[in-house]
Amino acid sequence: MTTKTTRPEETETLDTSGLLCPLPVYKAALALKQLKEGNVLKLICTDPGSLEDIPALARQRGDVLLATERGEATQTFWLRKGTMQ
Amino acid sequence: MTVAAIQPEEASQADAEPRRRRLALVASKGTLDQAYPPLILATTAASLGWEVGIYFTFFGLDILHRDRFEKLKMASLANPAGPIKIPNLLGAVPGATAAATKVMKHWMRKSQMPDIAEFIEMAQGLDVTFFACATTMGVMGVKESDLIEGCDIAGAAAFLDFAAAADVQLFV
Repeated sequence: MTTKTTRPEETETLDTSGLLCPLPVYKAALALKQLKEGNVLKLICTDPGSLEDIPALARQRGDVLLATERGEATQTFWLRKGTMQ
Repeated sequence: MTVAAIQPEEASQADAEPRRRRLALVASKGTLDQAYPPLILATTAASLGWEVGIYFTFFGLDILHRDRFEKLKMASLANPAGPIKIPNLLGAVPGATAAATKVMKHWMRKSQMPDIAEFIEMAQGLDVTFFACATTMGVMGVKESDLIEGCDIAGAAAFLDFAAAADVQLFV
């Protein structure tokens, strides 16, 4: 199932396949810290909790969740970094 | 004797940054399975940009004890949900705790979960504050040199002072 039409262009890609909470959020936050404001992180997750966790990460950090792509066992997120370091 | 004057805190917060969210946790248990939840919550909250403090008290202080944190055990007795499905009474049999601990560690490794040492390092890397309960240290004979680097030795008042300004407070 695809819940978006166009894919945003990412600055960096992080694949957290096989990892469970808290690692996808922990590693995504570390990756976002390395990016400049406005840059985009493409994040690949297999943790089923990531469907709720990654939007929560974006809300709490003030990043923008640009798009979500939901596959059979994989979720992909595009996060645009906000102002938080 | 010298007396240090204490400056009152700046009253004006007008140009201060917006306050970060804060999580205050109490870690009171020293079993392997109960060491994970506070460390998972702490590293997650810190990843969200929150300010985090954990108050390690009673057997929870073993998580900060340099000789004990890698030897935390998974109790089999009185834990019917433990990793080995045996009658609860047999949890008291010699070797049952060691076997349950081994299974639990195997599960965590298989799931690529960090071990306790790695979680401690992750939390400290995210500037999580580790409060070591001073009373527990006194009662259990734990010295400052027994603790891992970077702990704040504190009593309940100091922790409550931190927790009073927290958005989320949890007791584990």
